[in-house]
Amino acid sequence: MENSGNPKPDLKKYWRENLRYLLILLSIWFLASFGFGILWAEGLNNIRMGGFKLGFWFAQQGSIYVFVVLIFVYVYLMNKLDKKYGVDED
Amino acid sequence: MDIQTWTYIIVGITFALYIAIAIRSRAGSTKDFYVAGVGVPPLANGMATAADWMSAASFISMAGLIAFMGYDGAVFLMGWTGGYVLLALLLAPYLRKFGKFTVPDFIGDRYYSDVARTVAVICAVIVSFTYVAGQMRGVGVVFARFLEVPINTGVYIGMAIVFFYAVLGGMKGITYTQVAQYCVLIFAYMVPAIFISLQLTGNPLPQLGFGAEVNDGSGTYLLDKLDNLHEELGFAAYTSGSKAMIDVFAITFALMVGTAGLPHVIVRFFTVPRVKDARISAGWALVFIAILYTTAPAIAAFARTNMINTVSNVEYKNVPDWFTNWESTGLITFDDKNGDERIQYVADAAKNELTIDNDIMVLANPEIARLPNWVIALVAAGGLAAALSTAAGLLLVISTSISHDLIKKQIKPDITEKQELMWARIGAGFAVIVAGYFGINPPGFVAATVALAFGLAASSFFPAIILGIFDKRMNRQGAISGMVVGILLMLFYMIKFKLGGFGGGTADDWWMGISPEGFGTIAMIVNLVVALVVSRITPKPPEYVRVVVEDIRHPKRLD
Repeated sequence: MENSGNPKPDLKKYWRENLRYLLILLSIWFLASFGFGILWAEGLNNIRMGGFKLGFWFAQQGSIYVFVVLIFVYVYLMNKLDKKYGVDED
Repeated sequence: MDIQTWTYIIVGITFALYIAIAIRSRAGSTKDFYVAGVGVPPLANGMATAADWMSAASFISMAGLIAFMGYDGAVFLMGWTGGYVLLALLLAPYLRKFGKFTVPDFIGDRYYSDVARTVAVICAVIVSFTYVAGQMRGVGVVFARFLEVPINTGVYIGMAIVFFYAVLGGMKGITYTQVAQYCVLIFAYMVPAIFISLQLTGNPLPQLGFGAEVNDGSGTYLLDKLDNLHEELGFAAYTSGSKAMIDVFAITFALMVGTAGLPHVIVRFFTVPRVKDARISAGWALVFIAILYTTAPAIAAFARTNMINTVSNVEYKNVPDWFTNWESTGLITFDDKNGDERIQYVADAAKNELTIDNDIMVLANPEIARLPNWVIALVAAGGLAAALSTAAGLLLVISTSISHDLIKKQIKPDITEKQELMWARIGAGFAVIVAGYFGINPPGFVAATVALAFGLAASSFFPAIILGIFDKRMNRQGAISGMVVGILLMLFYMIKFKLGGFGGGTADDWWMGISPEGFGTIAMIVNLVVALVVSRITPKPPEYVRVVVEDIRHPKRLD
């Protein structure tokens, strides 16, 4: 669905897709930090990854890695979405 | 060469570098001064943001705090990184599209109200001053410990350096010195961490050494060993916390949201050329921050293990040199309660004979691990870089609030570009002097006010900005009442439980078991609810505001 030649981009649809991305990415954000790192950390500590208890690892390492990946995924998705709706800056 | 000579050389070289950069990047216009001419490449902005964000506390104190808190230290690790996801996804791109100079600019324009603008200016100034006092103090403390000059002399030197590049170059000068400062501080943080990881586990990457086996042939994992040591001495296991889960949750959330609402961090995203640059530079910022933040908990575990091994149940006359060196600074104290001339370090306060300051874990780590003198000097330069870069970012927010948000936008709108630039420089100079004053005479409630800074940012800016972007129906009545109620509630809770006002109270009286540090979460939710309710029973915002909001929701300029 390329419509970058279209003079009037469908901004409502663009915004809805953006919100859907945000919902998905922020759910992962919540799960990796508040979920695995805090709420279920004690249970996950029964699982081990090398010298780490898993809940502890998420709280002090894993969540941070997830955060980094989430931002770059968002950048990739949004750059594509901008092009799809013809609202990119190039 | 001895430590002092090395320190003079390394600190001298880094300071000369910062000054050279400042001279090369003087500001010629207010656009240069406020937002570095909107021409900062995203990668450079990421580095500058990382240095801007990581303060003396991140560099010097955090690993030590985690070493004593164990699992609970995660509140800082997740809290001070997770906010960048919120920044990248919910704030930075939209505010960049809006394309003004300051956070109060956005609040004032979006809510078509100078009252809203003024509330925002007051919050920005309080948050920034709170923070900057600690940075100036940090500069003084590093100078005092490594170069044996009085703390106040250290504060004056720090003031002089910041004054030079902040007043001369504004955001432009600050940005490129921050890039240099990031390089200095991350190098200074990683070198000792890698050495110690190798010594203790044989793995050069601290992030992996953290989960590896101890290098003593026993085949025990480092963290298991640490848990065992803790158990023997009567402490809670290192990998499980002692704070209530709801409080850990609330503190983490408040720090994340507070981070995303801090004006000196937000303005960094006004300096890149395009919306897509704002998104990706938030990603780079977090990469650069994550390098330090994933290393810190490893250093914490290494340092904790090393410390217990070196001092626990050791005869006092046999302690290593670093122990006596730091004892003379008062940061380590030994009180031989049972008179057996051995150091008992245990959880039971009645029997414990050793008190250790958090900061030692990073500052003395190279000595504990017997690293060469130049590494120790490097740590001093890193601590200074961390403190100076954060101080400069905060001072800029204060100066912009004065020259732009107050003078240009409210008091005297007809001043020329040249006059506004002059006021920005005067504002920066004024802010340096006030910050220096607080650095020399630190207010007794500094510890309380740092938490307050995050709580304030969380309970005021964050909801107002988010709603301004995501809720077209949000009007000025809603936003202002939300901000005011949020801040007052936060202030009330802090004053009650931190400073003993309003009848005071102990941890048993905390609402739902949430500490003042975590209360920003509650105050933020109250702000959101108040804003939403009030906005629905008061008139809609004017039509042109709805057009502005629709426009900031996508990157392209549609004329």
